[in-house]
Amino acid sequence: MGLVGETVDSIKSIQIRQLLTQAIRLGMIVTSALIIWKALICVTGSDSLVVVVLSESMEPGFQRGDILFLHMSKDPIRAGEIVVFNIDGRDIPIVHRVIMVHERENTGEVDVLTKGDNNPEDDRLLYAKGQLWLNRHHIMGRAVGFLPYVGWVTIIMTEKPIIKYILIGTLGLLVISSKD
Amino acid sequence: MHSFGYRANALLTFSVTALAFICAIASFSDKFSNQNPSAEIQILNINRLKKQSYGNDEVSLTLDISADLQSLFTWNTKQVFAFVAAEYETSKNSLNQVSLWDVIIPDKEHAKFRIQTSNKYRFIDQGHNLRGREFNLTLHWHVMPKTGKMFADKIVMPGYSLPDAYK
Repeated sequence: MGLVGETVDSIKSIQIRQLLTQAIRLGMIVTSALIIWKALICVTGSDSLVVVVLSESMEPGFQRGDILFLHMSKDPIRAGEIVVFNIDGRDIPIVHRVIMVHERENTGEVDVLTKGDNNPEDDRLLYAKGQLWLNRHHIMGRAVGFLPYVGWVTIIMTEKPIIKYILIGTLGLLVISSKD
Repeated sequence: MHSFGYRANALLTFSVTALAFICAIASFSDKFSNQNPSAEIQILNINRLKKQSYGNDEVSLTLDISADLQSLFTWNTKQVFAFVAAEYETSKNSLNQVSLWDVIIPDKEHAKFRIQTSNKYRFIDQGHNLRGREFNLTLHWHVMPKTGKMFADKIVMPGYSLPDAYK
């Protein structure tokens, strides 16, 4: 109970000026995190930098909860690359491997077919109705690096939003009640 | 300065940083591995070369694939994804790559193999350009690490060709 008592005491002794300083400090932390995030997106050329693997379609290589680092360069898309793409009408990005490439002679436009390593069939069933190929503009990035297990935090927070609120609430309380 | 909150925070930050550092080093150590994979592919038979009802050409063939990818495995390797693709050029497309067969190699023991198989995935062209077509067969491998940077490479074997007429 000592921890709770300390917190309650420190909240009681807050003054307006201290509160504002804390709020600004919090804002600075959040903003600088945002700046770093956006700068990394710029550098890697990919809209989203990091994705969490949500399905088992790339097992045993990528398990649910792993995170993938993305990079998008102007290099042409080639068979074997692991790409992250969005299907029109769905908002969850899919991470699968390219198994077929047809690149046009003059324009450099490309038709791409993908398949999850662990899936028996290619992804035509996942594409939008009538869509046979993916094009460059569907593809958000190539997976270039990989960290296991770290993405579980995101999965838990998405599937049980209560935990997200508790976490943010506790963080907010800790920041406000710190004496710095 | 010595409250539980501060200590927990410091511990957490330090452990996350240390873990990230270890993962980076593990990935970096892959740069020093000496790799010399080898492979050979023979086409045993071209089973069918036909024109589908929608107008695209399709080939069915039997391959004899032998490869030694053992040198690709390091202590930081989780699996190697290997696949054989046919690459060719047509008048409409400057590059076509069609994956014919793939395998997931989980460890070093399975990395040296010889297999005779018909193509796992359908070899279908965009159009009907496959009669008499010359193509390369490439063996690609993608190394998926336990943590860190993934890398890939390939061996290109040129000089294969398809029959001049449908069969």
